[in-house]
Amino acid sequence: MFRYYVTLGLRSLRRNVILTALMIAAIGVGIGACMTALTVFRAMSGDPIPQKSGQLYVPQIDNWGPDNHSAGAPDHLENQLSYIEVQAFMKAHAAKRQTGMYATLQSLWPADPNQKPTKVFVRAAYTDFFPMFDVPFKYGRAWSASDDENRAPVVVLSREMNDKLFGGANSVGKTIRLDNEPYTISGVLDEWKLLPRFYDLNIRPFGDADTIFMPFTRAIEKQMGNVGSTQCNGDVGPGWEGRLRSDCIWLQFWVELPTEADAQAYRAFLNNYAAEQQKLGRFHWAPHTQLRNVKEWLKYRHIVPSEVRILILVSFGFLLVCLMNAMGLMLAKIMGRASDIGVRRALGASRRAIFSQCLIETGVVGLAGGILGLALTAAGLLAARSLLTKEFVALAHLDMTDTALAVLLAVGATVLAGLYPTWRAAHVQPAWQLKAQ
Amino acid sequence: MEFRPIISAMRRNKVGAILIAVQMAITLAILCNALFLIEQRVAWSQRPTGTDEANVVVIENQWVGNPPDLGARMQGDLAALRSLPGVQDATSSNTYPLSGGGSTTGLSLQPDQKNATALGSIYFGDEHAIGAFGLKLIAGRNFNSDEVVDKVGYTDLKPPAAIIVTRALAEKLFPNGNAVGQSIYEESLKGQIPIVGVVDRMQVPWVGAGGWGSKFAESSLIVPFHFLSSYPTYYIVHSQPGQAATVMQAAQKKLFDISRARVIEKALTLTTARTEAYKDDKGLVVILAVVCASLLAVTSFGIVGLTSYWVAQRRRQIGIRRALGATRNAIIQYFQTENLLIAGAGALIGIALALSLNIWMVNIFAMQRLNTVYALIGAIVVLVLGQAAVLWPALRAASIPPALATRAA
Repeated sequence: MFRYYVTLGLRSLRRNVILTALMIAAIGVGIGACMTALTVFRAMSGDPIPQKSGQLYVPQIDNWGPDNHSAGAPDHLENQLSYIEVQAFMKAHAAKRQTGMYATLQSLWPADPNQKPTKVFVRAAYTDFFPMFDVPFKYGRAWSASDDENRAPVVVLSREMNDKLFGGANSVGKTIRLDNEPYTISGVLDEWKLLPRFYDLNIRPFGDADTIFMPFTRAIEKQMGNVGSTQCNGDVGPGWEGRLRSDCIWLQFWVELPTEADAQAYRAFLNNYAAEQQKLGRFHWAPHTQLRNVKEWLKYRHIVPSEVRILILVSFGFLLVCLMNAMGLMLAKIMGRASDIGVRRALGASRRAIFSQCLIETGVVGLAGGILGLALTAAGLLAARSLLTKEFVALAHLDMTDTALAVLLAVGATVLAGLYPTWRAAHVQPAWQLKAQ
Repeated sequence: MEFRPIISAMRRNKVGAILIAVQMAITLAILCNALFLIEQRVAWSQRPTGTDEANVVVIENQWVGNPPDLGARMQGDLAALRSLPGVQDATSSNTYPLSGGGSTTGLSLQPDQKNATALGSIYFGDEHAIGAFGLKLIAGRNFNSDEVVDKVGYTDLKPPAAIIVTRALAEKLFPNGNAVGQSIYEESLKGQIPIVGVVDRMQVPWVGAGGWGSKFAESSLIVPFHFLSSYPTYYIVHSQPGQAATVMQAAQKKLFDISRARVIEKALTLTTARTEAYKDDKGLVVILAVVCASLLAVTSFGIVGLTSYWVAQRRRQIGIRRALGATRNAIIQYFQTENLLIAGAGALIGIALALSLNIWMVNIFAMQRLNTVYALIGAIVVLVLGQAAVLWPALRAASIPPALATRAA
């Protein structure tokens, strides 16, 4: 029976090609617009580290006082920490793992002296960085905790950087020259993509990843300036020492807290720290701290541009228009066949039979619309990627979930829109139709 | 035209009429908000920087290996750049308009003032800065060369001997319009800083709509520093009109001839910087325009389809009306009036929808309220669209021969 209905449905669709094409086009365009916006949104608002996003936290502390924050920080908290706090938190070791970090720009000297030096982003971090963020290694390993202590000249290369410098070979033990000083390679990462790069949202969170990692203590000792955001408040002494002793905030800090109890304990630790600073006279205000995990952090930092949300709204409005359009056309099409249906009913077809036949017909239209919609989504993503920067469309691409979602959305929405016309078809009075003949 | 028969006919086709009206309402709501957004983003991305964009070349220079004589090297580079053929002037700075990165500071009228009077974005530059950026000095004077000193990285906190501010910043600090000769105080630098000159306009480096800098977009100050740092610094080279491309090539070659111990990550004109800086705004405009066009197309095809169906359904009745003496025009008018009624209802709902959509957008964006003119324009567009879409089915209806009435169905 099902196959018979499909045949009937296809035949009926063929009977009025223009109307069918219009319906399919309307649904296809609507699905295409919607899925393009949705895919971009999913790519940008996704969880960058699903296996651990609930265990990685970023602490915030008010080290400026409630009156000294800009309008951009209504909760009187800033997004980074000062060197003083990072030093204190690292020393306290109150979490399972912790790392202070920052990005710096260094020049990389090629082995061939005839080549020009290039500029590279270097991330200065503690060795905990690698196990904390589940960073995969291809060769070697992270530097040791004693390297952190000894400010050792060691680096970890990203896979891309290793491909570029050593043609992908195992380079552990070899050296590279950063700003004229030799650094020994302790490990090479495997493919590692984080979108967005949640641990430092100040520099292009959807852009290229960090390529070289070195001990935080080494970067501080070599007075490597930071890239990203630096905000100062109050007195700042001269020189690098002045920066380190100041309340300027320019460092990121993350902790790993496996259980909720650990997180509670860390919250208490932060508050105790702030209270102690108040007692010591450094803070003239009550403790004000915050601890957010990855998801809460991304939400707090408004990582998805509001333009993307506007596009989502617009595209869903568009889909709605397209569906209503298709619904009107289906109504026209089905009611145009009222006399056919009347004859079939008179010959003994049940309401159910008519209903399922029409439903299958709309389903076929939805399926065709979904397939067209998928093609348009692919085209839409291509267009969006050429029109917008990475901060807007990230590395959005269609995966299996998106594909299934598109077809499901198309068929579901079309069948839903077709319910009323179908219901009307099932309630055609055979007698009236036959009389009119 | 008699409305009553149209309305009673519509009653029998309620769902179709409602479908068209709601479609038109949503189309209208999206259309006028999108048009408004397009207009705002186009205006936003066309704001002038105050510089001679087409002829200003920016070269990003970073020294490698921490050379100790950064000051002498920079002076040498600048002298060489200024002597290149086709170059009007050259300076070095920490950033440039449209770059998206820079430094902001709070400026106060009193020492130890709790909240700064104005925010300003800092450009470092020497006595050649005005010439190199192609700015217009409207009051006071340029820096003297003895006011220009070296600043060793961002942690060097010596106060400048003088500053030049933009007109917008001058008006914010001194609304009475006598900024030149006054002194101001800066957050972290000690001591008072005299304002010696005012330039007409120099935009801050951040241009994201609603982002950092959009609240003080024209408030910049130039401080007389040569920025000596392991960070990248920017050589700003003002070429003779039309010679930017040649100068860009020659300047990079010259710099590498002087020393190879440097990285030149990029060289570009401010015109290119503008294209890059506003890429997302332009992209959004194009996407919204395409969505609007598709929306109008889908809606009008929907009207054509549904009206055609109505015409087909009423062939006999139309034939009877024609046989009873109705003219072709009367038939056309019938369908056009019908569409006008539906579209009119849709437009009313649409305007309400548009305004509420706008309130939502104002809330999540720091966006302006929708100008009601846009709602009216949108309503007119939708009404005209409806009339145009209904024309073809109406003409087909008018061509139904009166003889149809006499034939058996």
